[in-house]
Amino acid sequence: MSDVIAPPRRLRRGRPEWLRGPSLIGVGVIVMWVLIALTVPMWSPYDPLAEVGPRLQGPSMSHLMGTDQLGRDVFTRTLWGARTSLPVAFVVIVSSVLIGTIIGAIAGFFGRWVDAVLMRLVDITMAFPPILLAMAITASLGPGVRNALIAMVLVWWPIYARLLRAQVIAVKQREYVESAEAIGVKRFTILRRYVLPMAYTPVLVNATMDFGQVVLLTASLSFIGLGARPPSPEWGAMITEGATQFYSWWIATAPGIAILMVVLAFNYLGDALRDSFDVKAGM
Amino acid sequence: MTDDGSPILRLRDLRVSFPTAAGPARAVRGIDLDVRAGEAVAVVGESGSGKSVTMLATLGLLPKAEVTGSAKYGDTELVGADTATLRSVRGRRIAMVFQDPMTSLNPVLTIGKQLTLVMKAHQQRLGKKEARSKAIELLNQVAIPQADRRIDSYPHELSGGMRQRVMIAMAIANDPEVLIADEPTTALDVTVQAQIMELLTRLREEHHLALVLITHDLGVVAGSADRVAVMYAGRIVERAPVMDVFDEPQHPYTRALLECLPRLDQRHEVVSAIPGTPPNPADLPTGCPFAPRCPRALDACSVDEPALVRFGHGDVACSVVTAGATA
Repeated sequence: MSDVIAPPRRLRRGRPEWLRGPSLIGVGVIVMWVLIALTVPMWSPYDPLAEVGPRLQGPSMSHLMGTDQLGRDVFTRTLWGARTSLPVAFVVIVSSVLIGTIIGAIAGFFGRWVDAVLMRLVDITMAFPPILLAMAITASLGPGVRNALIAMVLVWWPIYARLLRAQVIAVKQREYVESAEAIGVKRFTILRRYVLPMAYTPVLVNATMDFGQVVLLTASLSFIGLGARPPSPEWGAMITEGATQFYSWWIATAPGIAILMVVLAFNYLGDALRDSFDVKAGM
Repeated sequence: MTDDGSPILRLRDLRVSFPTAAGPARAVRGIDLDVRAGEAVAVVGESGSGKSVTMLATLGLLPKAEVTGSAKYGDTELVGADTATLRSVRGRRIAMVFQDPMTSLNPVLTIGKQLTLVMKAHQQRLGKKEARSKAIELLNQVAIPQADRRIDSYPHELSGGMRQRVMIAMAIANDPEVLIADEPTTALDVTVQAQIMELLTRLREEHHLALVLITHDLGVVAGSADRVAVMYAGRIVERAPVMDVFDEPQHPYTRALLECLPRLDQRHEVVSAIPGTPPNPADLPTGCPFAPRCPRALDACSVDEPALVRFGHGDVACSVVTAGATA
């Protein structure tokens, strides 16, 4: 018997390949912000909405990032800002991935006119710059975090639909799918158990990278007054407030740094995931 | 299925063409083939002769091809059948084992899970425990050692021979009557090839399976087939019982194929090969498609394509051979 029995084993031990260098820092930053968002109400230095000191005061030991034009603590408000930005981005990404997966999988797997109709829908949506379309949708629904969120999902799902469709088309031509088909496995089972698991990696990688983009888009919508409304501590809205106080640079700087940190962290992580899963070459 | 000698799989004038930019590529050009219960039929030919396409078309697995003619399983017509009919036949009546076991298994599911999904495709009410014990039994049948442990392995943990055994286990999971094996040993080591062929022969006897063996390896055919159909350029050029094909090959193409086999009792400096290449199915020559490569070709060969006619112990499609006999 030449068939040797290899004991089941884990291929790689220890820290995975994608969790090294910049992406490790990225993950650290993400974990830190998630913890801040979850726990800040318990240890918040100040009330984010109350006047807690003199107005427009520069950074000091009692107010690390100074105070704004209403005497609120900028540092505290920046920390609380994570409680808007992160959940919003999370919901937007998860919903977009879900919708995109369903549409993309159907289009790619069943092909023909279903594919044609769904992909033209995707083309139409993707023909608009995302920020412009999101603005238009939010404006017509009325400003607010909830409407901004709906607008962003509507703008974002086509990206995943298209990505997954391409993957599904590639994977469904693999021999093992054909072989399952020849043996009578049901189409839906083939799609769910044979095609999707192999088609999903690029979507996950892209979703990670897009997380930062959605944080940025949320802030952008709030910046132009379509997302979170004052006085709620949201990064984009805070930058708007800071923009009117040109000499009090710290008001806009603190949320700006927060956005920079989160976006950069997700980009580093996404890059590392993409390289590790070898998304382009491997599929 | 009763064993009265009537064919369970019956192909009549089966034709398959693929639309291409250069016009239709006629991959299969009128195949007649009967497979009786429990019988082993080998379909032999070079790459591109249409042998795999014939079988894939039979199971309706070529959505982009234009298929005409008839392929009947019992009384069920498969050409042009709806998806539900095809699905009820695939795996349950006619199962197929593919060439490359390295790429024919789902890499993300354990082999036990895959076997279960295959069984559930035709036995909806199969319980979890029942499915598992049946999967172990199937792995035992295909002689996988320690089947109760192997069932939780992923394909990448198995060798090529093991994977081909798993593929065969999946194919017989729903007790089909016909097993189509598309070059089941091509991707394997020679020693493993022999084991897989032994396994197929044993399963054929145990389950009273009809075996359609698609291969380009006449060595594999000799030990395991009852009848042989030799295909060239989408048609059957010779059809005969296996011993007659080896002892008295009629068609020049069959002879040429046999001459390509290295023999142990003769000293070979060079392994012989058939000169030229098979014709392009989108641009077939007029007359006999083998004529340009045929050592016995006459001028008349490039005028009309010879039909498959009764000759000797089988059927031959060669006007030179059959004319020589009547003259």
